[in-house]
Amino acid sequence: MGFFDRLKQGLLKTRKSIVEKAEALFLGRTVDEGLLDELEEILIMADVGPRASSDIIHALKERFKKGDISDSNALKIALKEEIRKSVEDGSGIKVTIERPYVILAVGVNGVGKTTTIGKLASRFTKEGLKVILAAGDTFRAAAIEQLEIWSERAGAQIVKHKSGADPAAVAYDAIVSAKARGADVVIIDTAGRLHTKVNLMEELKKIKRVVSKELPFAPHEVLLVVDATSGQNVIHQAKIFGEAAGVTGIALTKLDGTAKGGIVVAIKRELDIPVKLIGVGEGVEDLRDFNAEEFVEALFG
Amino acid sequence: MFEALSEKLGSIFKKLKGRGLLKEEDIVEAMKEIRIALLEADVNFKVVKDFTEKIKTRAVGKEVIDSITPGQQVVKIVHDELCSLMGGGDEASQSQRKIHLSPNPPTVIMMVGLHGSGKTTTSAKLAKGFKKDGRRPLLAALDTQRPAAIEQLTSLGSQTGIPVYGTRAGDDPVKVGAEAIKKAQAEGWDIVILDTAGRLHVDEDLMKELDAVKAETKPREILLVADAMTGQDAVNIAKSFNDRLDINGVVLTKMDGDARGGAALSIASVTGKPIEFIGVGEKIDLLEPFHPERMAGRILGMGDIVSLVEKAQESVNAEDVANLHKKIKEDRFTFEDLRDQIKQIKKMGPLENILGMIPGLGKQIKGASVDDREFIRIEAMINSMTKKERENYAIINGSRKKRIAHGSGTTVSDVNKLLKQYVQMKKMLKMFKSGRGLDRIKQMTGFMRGF
Repeated sequence: MGFFDRLKQGLLKTRKSIVEKAEALFLGRTVDEGLLDELEEILIMADVGPRASSDIIHALKERFKKGDISDSNALKIALKEEIRKSVEDGSGIKVTIERPYVILAVGVNGVGKTTTIGKLASRFTKEGLKVILAAGDTFRAAAIEQLEIWSERAGAQIVKHKSGADPAAVAYDAIVSAKARGADVVIIDTAGRLHTKVNLMEELKKIKRVVSKELPFAPHEVLLVVDATSGQNVIHQAKIFGEAAGVTGIALTKLDGTAKGGIVVAIKRELDIPVKLIGVGEGVEDLRDFNAEEFVEALFG
Repeated sequence: MFEALSEKLGSIFKKLKGRGLLKEEDIVEAMKEIRIALLEADVNFKVVKDFTEKIKTRAVGKEVIDSITPGQQVVKIVHDELCSLMGGGDEASQSQRKIHLSPNPPTVIMMVGLHGSGKTTTSAKLAKGFKKDGRRPLLAALDTQRPAAIEQLTSLGSQTGIPVYGTRAGDDPVKVGAEAIKKAQAEGWDIVILDTAGRLHVDEDLMKELDAVKAETKPREILLVADAMTGQDAVNIAKSFNDRLDINGVVLTKMDGDARGGAALSIASVTGKPIEFIGVGEKIDLLEPFHPERMAGRILGMGDIVSLVEKAQESVNAEDVANLHKKIKEDRFTFEDLRDQIKQIKKMGPLENILGMIPGLGKQIKGASVDDREFIRIEAMINSMTKKERENYAIINGSRKKRIAHGSGTTVSDVNKLLKQYVQMKKMLKMFKSGRGLDRIKQMTGFMRGF
C-alpha cells in the first residue's frame, strides 16, 4: 500500500465526515454568507479553532466579494487552497550529514512520545543507520522498560540510567556514547510534562543545554509530539515548549481516530511551526513524513 | 484550569459594567464573545450553540434589562447554566458523583479510554483513595498490549502498597479480568480496578474486546478516563464509549495544566453522565472530586476559594492557627513563624496549583514564573540564621548578613530582599490585626454566596 492510500485510509473517517459534510453543503448551493458560515462551522468542528477558522473564512469572503468565487465548486477549490497555505512546509525528518544527528522528543503526558520514538528508530535502522535511544523519561513508572522494548524491536541501542536519575545525565551519556560508538542518530525520550510546570520546563532547558555543550548544533531536531485529539490548548503547549526547547517541528499522533487534528493549521499560522511527522495507525510503518499537499488532498478528497 | 476563559468573560463583563441599563445589542455582543471564549475553551460547537441560545433567551428578558447591576445578572445566568450543564451542585447530583460499591464484594470498577488519557495513573490514584478509606483494593493489569504497561501498573502498585494482578504481555484481557476477580474473592480484596488498554473508539475489534470484558467481569462502575485537553472530538469519544458500554461516570485528567477544559462541558452534555473526579497531577494522591459550581466559578473569574480553604484545612491544625493569631495580635511574628508557614504551604502542594485557586489571581500569576524553589532558598536563609536573629530581625547587621548568605548559598542582596519582604509582611499582618482585613474577606465570601 502506498503512502497516499495509507494516509487516505487513516484519514478515511476524518475525510468522510468533512468531505461528506462539505459535499452536501456545496451541492447545488449558491455561494452566500450562509454557506460560508456553515463552512466555518465545519472548520471549527475539526479543531482548527475559532480564530484561524474565522481568518480562513474571511479570506474566502474577500475573494467572493471580488468575484473570484462564483460557484460552489470554485469555493471548494479556494477553501483547499487556503488550508494548504496554512500547513505548507512540513518537510518530514531528514537526517543530515552531521553525526550523530540528535533528535529531542518533548510533549505533554500521554501524547505518544515513546511510541513515536520507537517507530522513528525502526525507520532509521531499516535505512541502515545506527541508532541510540536515550531513556530520558526517568520519572514515569516503567517508561524505561517501555523504551527498552522498542529498542529491541527496532534493533537500536539504548542508554539508560535508573528510574529517578537526572534526565540531562542520561542525554549526556547517550551523546558521549554515540560519539564513541560512531552512531548516526540519537533520539532522546523525555518525560511527559505539562507546559505549565515551571520546574519541569527548566529541566528541559537543562537537557538541551547539556546536549549542545557536548555537541554543538545539537539537538538538530526538537520534535513536539502532539495528540490529534487535543484542542486549542496545543497552541499554548507549542508556544511554551517552543520557548523552552526551541521546537523545530511537530509529530501529530493518533490521526487514525475521528479527531481531525485541525489544530496544526492554527499552530502553523500563529507560531509558524511545521508538522513533520504524522501517526496514522499502530504499526511501525504508520509513522509518516508529513506532506501538506497530500494532507489537504486526503482531507478534502 | 479555566483561567483563560474566565479572563475572557471577565473582560466582557467589565465592558457591561457601569453602563446602567442593558440594551439588547449589548447582550448579543456579549453572547458573541462568550461563544468565541467557549470555542477557544474547546467546548463542542453544537454544545456552544445550545448554550448561547439558552443564555440569550434568558438574558434578553426583563431579568437583565430591569436589573440594577446587569453585568452581575449576566454572570449569574451564565454561571447557573454552566453549572447545570456540568451536572449541577445540588445534593442529588452530588451523590450521583461518587463510586457506588456493590453489596456483595468485590466491587468491580472498569477503566476505559483512549491511549494516553491517563487510565493507569488514575487507576492507581483511585486504588490509593480506597485504601485510605480502609478498603482493600486490588489492581488488575488488563493492558496486555502496550509495551511495559503491566510493569507500569506493577510499579505504581508497589509505590502505594497495593497488590497488582498482572500476567504476561499478550494475554487475553478477558481472562486476566476473570482471574483477578477470582483472586479477589479468594483473598478477600473488596474492590477490583480493571486497567484496560487504551483504544480508539472507532476500533471495532478493540471495542468488542471491551464488551467481552464487561460481560465477563460485570463491573459495578465503568469510568471513562478523558484528557482535559481534548478538543471537539470529545463528544464523539464520549458518545461512542457511552453508547457501547453505558458508562457510569467520567474522570477528567491533566486538570493541572492550563487547558480550559471545555471537554468537561461537552462530555457532560453529550452523555448526561456525571464527571466524578478530576486528576490534578502526576503524584498518586492528586485525584479530587469534581465540583461543577467551583468549576463554573473558575470560568467566571471567581477563583476556587472553596478548594483552597479545604486544602488549607487539611494541612493546618487548629491549635497552630490559634497560636499564630495570638502572635500576630501581639506583633510577634518572627522568622521562626515564617519558616513554619512555608513548611505548611509546601504541604498543600505545588505553589502554582494553590495560587491558581485564588480569585482574580489567575491572571496575575500567568506568565510570572512561580517557583517552588524560591521557598527552599528562603528556608535555607532562615535556617542559616541564629535563634536570636530569627526572633529579632533588627540585630541582623552587615556581617551577619554576609554569614547568612554564605551559610545558605545565597547572596547578601538575597538576604536584604528577604528582610525587606519580611518587614512588609509584618506591616500587612498589622492590618489584619486591626480587623479590616477580616472584614474584607467577609465581604468577598458574601459576594460569592450571592451566586
